[in-house]
Amino acid sequence: MSFGPEVLALDCNAEIQRISEWMIDSLANRLRRRGVVVAISGGIDSSVCAALAVRALGPERVYGLLLPERDSSSDSARRGELLARHLGIAFETHDIAPALQALGCYRQRDDAIRHVVPEYTDAWKCKIVISGGLERGINFFKLVVQSPDGAQREVRLPLRQYLQIVAATNFKQRVRKNIEYFHADRLNYAVIGTPNRLEYDQGFFVKNGDGAADLKPIAHLYKTQVYALARHMELPAEICSAAPTTDTYSLAQGQDEFYFALPHAQMDLALWAHDHQRPAAELAQALGLSEAQAQRVYADIEAKRRTTQYLHASALLVEPVDGVVKLA
Amino acid sequence: MNDIKVQVRRYIEDNFLMGARGRSVGDADSFLDNHILDSTGFLELITFLEEHYRIEIDNDEMLPENLDSLLRIEAFVRRKLAPAMQDVTP
Repeated sequence: MSFGPEVLALDCNAEIQRISEWMIDSLANRLRRRGVVVAISGGIDSSVCAALAVRALGPERVYGLLLPERDSSSDSARRGELLARHLGIAFETHDIAPALQALGCYRQRDDAIRHVVPEYTDAWKCKIVISGGLERGINFFKLVVQSPDGAQREVRLPLRQYLQIVAATNFKQRVRKNIEYFHADRLNYAVIGTPNRLEYDQGFFVKNGDGAADLKPIAHLYKTQVYALARHMELPAEICSAAPTTDTYSLAQGQDEFYFALPHAQMDLALWAHDHQRPAAELAQALGLSEAQAQRVYADIEAKRRTTQYLHASALLVEPVDGVVKLA
Repeated sequence: MNDIKVQVRRYIEDNFLMGARGRSVGDADSFLDNHILDSTGFLELITFLEEHYRIEIDNDEMLPENLDSLLRIEAFVRRKLAPAMQDVTP
């Protein structure tokens, strides 16, 4: 039996209704907060989360934050502002570059880069890309640098430098979350987390950074479905058509270059097929891959789930502590 | 160099298993299939092999058939060291 993108078809009206009811119930009965803070990146996920919150709570209970830094694309800020105005929500822009500078984010990152590319300066651009994946190899990471004259080159990152670059850039997501919680505490609001199903399931988030939130309204939805909701809610066309990027490095970095084995539409189908126990041969047919490649995609999905358990985990305890009541 | 397997096993047991009870690594055990190493773990192992044996592992050598068990690592490291060893062996 073959399958295709139709398996991800969504009844958008029903889904919006379901999420709205859940959001109101969560705020009123469980979290006991009066509204939500959403950091708006200009990408599809945070845009849909903000729009869903407005549908559920009304624009007056949604506070938007635009949190650019030195490496953010100016397009992101423009799309973010466009969305906030489109939704009619209160919002503010907080440039986090000075905070990141003070914390040593850029210096720590650049020190690690200069270990492998000594001539690297502020005038250069960079990103990290993954290697391995669909090929037969063991995953490793390469640094791509671009000199001011536009020449690019790639170098394999030694482990210590790779970890330091990632650790330094993780400051970005964690500083953003600090600011989101400042406003949430100030307003007595809850914080919305914006991962889609691919990101949530496969652990593509920073622990205590973008992974931290009180509500994650689209964590159960495939990216394809998030795009469908965006179009259904008639969000601005350029948001509906924006390609997913991490917006974390100075060179544009597609999510599938850094983390996922395939572009998101194919990755959605792969995850769906994996979870519906479809044989690799069927996935191969659906995506135009060889069966061996499809098997490696399945293996990669499982490996990422195992590797990222730590990201989902709360702090481990020696034993349960009596008297601590968990939210139902 | 007969003890490559012994040295790598000790490194893996010290560094990754940390003496956790009930866990050991057999010669032919796949690190991937037995969830002994994740992707960062492999990068740590590669750094260890490069530093300890003074070899350089190329991008296209980062393959399970070279690195995904003690036996495979032993064979791979021996191949990498072979030219150097020929130089010093009468």
